[in-house]
Amino acid sequence: MKEQPGFLDKAESVKKLLRVFYAICIGVLLFDLVYHRHVAHPWENLWGFYALFGFIACTVLVLAAKEMRKVVMRKEDYYER
Amino acid sequence: MNGSVPPFAIFFAGALLVPLCRGWLRSALLLLIPLLSALQLWGMEEGVSWSISILTYTLTLSRVDTLSLLFGYLFHLAALLAIIFSLHVRDTGQQVVGLLYAGSALGVVFAGDLITLFVFWELLAITSVFLIWARRTPQALAAGFRYLIIQVFSGVLLLAGTLLHLSQTGSLAFDYLGLSGPASWLIFLAFGIKCAFPFLHNWLTDSYPEATPTGSVFLCAFTTKVAIYSLARAFPGTEMLIYIGAAMTCFPIFYAVIENDLRRVLGYSMINQLGFMVCGIGLGSALAINGAVSHAFNDVIFKGLLFMSMGAVLHMTGRIKGSDLGGLYKTMPITTVFCIVGACSISAFPLFSGFVSKSMVMSAALEEGHGWIWLALLFASAGVFHHAGIKIPFFAFFAQDAGIRVKEPPLNMLIAMGLAAGLCIFIGVYPWLLYSWLPAPVEYIPYEATHVIAQLQLLFFAALAFCWLKLSGLYPPELHSVNIDAEWVYRRLGLRAVQAALMTGTYLRTELRKRIQQGTVVSRITRNWHPQTVRWLSHTWPAGSMVLWAVGLLGLILLSYYIR
Repeated sequence: MKEQPGFLDKAESVKKLLRVFYAICIGVLLFDLVYHRHVAHPWENLWGFYALFGFIACTVLVLAAKEMRKVVMRKEDYYER
Repeated sequence: MNGSVPPFAIFFAGALLVPLCRGWLRSALLLLIPLLSALQLWGMEEGVSWSISILTYTLTLSRVDTLSLLFGYLFHLAALLAIIFSLHVRDTGQQVVGLLYAGSALGVVFAGDLITLFVFWELLAITSVFLIWARRTPQALAAGFRYLIIQVFSGVLLLAGTLLHLSQTGSLAFDYLGLSGPASWLIFLAFGIKCAFPFLHNWLTDSYPEATPTGSVFLCAFTTKVAIYSLARAFPGTEMLIYIGAAMTCFPIFYAVIENDLRRVLGYSMINQLGFMVCGIGLGSALAINGAVSHAFNDVIFKGLLFMSMGAVLHMTGRIKGSDLGGLYKTMPITTVFCIVGACSISAFPLFSGFVSKSMVMSAALEEGHGWIWLALLFASAGVFHHAGIKIPFFAFFAQDAGIRVKEPPLNMLIAMGLAAGLCIFIGVYPWLLYSWLPAPVEYIPYEATHVIAQLQLLFFAALAFCWLKLSGLYPPELHSVNIDAEWVYRRLGLRAVQAALMTGTYLRTELRKRIQQGTVVSRITRNWHPQTVRWLSHTWPAGSMVLWAVGLLGLILLSYYIR
């Protein structure tokens, strides 16, 4: 018997999910227009600070870690050799 | 009434009884132990009991106050969840050791003096190592030995610090110490090893992934949280801890991104979470300590849940590498949901448990004027969402379908995960119960618009970064590999140094033998040592004379004591 393809196997449904996700992202960002956050750190004054910080932090994290591989990555049996 | 036995006693007694029974009776007993013990703890009032006098010292087995009570309840909860999760295991050794390990953790938390602390500190090490060895692979055996050496060394430092502290102050009390001299530094370092401070952290990422699927659930709950408790007790407000904690939150997340073994990813993410707690203890304000302690409470539950879900995956598929997994959501939907709940909690999503505790530490950092530390913690918050919140569930349950079709794990595993997931959501939605147990009164309000919006923006845009990197192909693929970390110093450099020393030894021996055969050495030695040349060195001495010398020496030592 052939297995039914899973929900996420269809490119169509993944696209739909992503669209919902993008909409939520824009939604939470727009809160900064209507609501004034309490600010304790000067950087927080920046419009969309948290969104920007989250995006940049993760991008920097991943790309830096990827570069780090060039220095620290070894074969799986490195310590057994 | 104060409890009729010290808090650890029921676990230790239970560990003796468990091997005597079988089948459902053993399962019932295993479940009954943490419940009975918790009931006993419930009846205990604050104060000191079970003091034992040895020589001139008083050892206190049970010191109950708000801090020890909170960790006491936490460890009972953790033990219960871990026991339910491992009910299907048919390995008496693991079951006994699990109980002894949980009991030792309770022993530390209720220890009123440093000697009792030391005894349970070492018991933690000795009992828990069997949960690693129980995997019965050569890797687990080796990792277990490394773990044991490091843990026992931590105990030795603790003992040295304790004795020095005793000789300087005459006190054995396990209370606030502060960094004030060599004795407190030794104790600080001992705590630091167990707490996985930077450069001392590799025992954790080395051994936890090698433990059995159920063993790592026990391991992740106790050892490091015992260290957090000890730091909160002895070193609150120590400024250095702020920076150590911030470093702990930031550096492991880089390793977590490129690590392939998903339980090792959890190990790195554990150090990251410990960093928040250490930072809170270093900040030292009431808000920060509350944050640190409540985050320890939540971490035990959500990290336990994540280790359980990965344990379930390992148990069912026999695989744990991100590169070998994927698509499991099709046949393990319940486990997937539980894993996602754990992932949301560790990422501090609003309405999940991490949100109500981690933010206390971050707010405290700002209140105390540590702006840069706050930024580091914010970076780590985005990072933890990335590797623990997204990477763990994504590569195990979604990603590329690896074609594995396994069923859901056994019912007991599902129940344990379900309970943990329920607690994560309950604490996230209704944090006031947890807040009421904290050492200081809580005025903090987690669900305030600013805070919720800021956190949602941070997390959703961190997720957006993941989507973008993944879709654009920039995201580093999961690869079979080992990443060099601080452990390289002893696993590679140290090993090579020993090998080099051994080779030098062999070389010297062969050289010497060659010289002897050539006769150059022999002629020199025989001048003094040959039996035929009657010199002083070549006499044979009767064994009796050796005894005489020994007696004489001992007598001399005895005499010197009398004179002093």
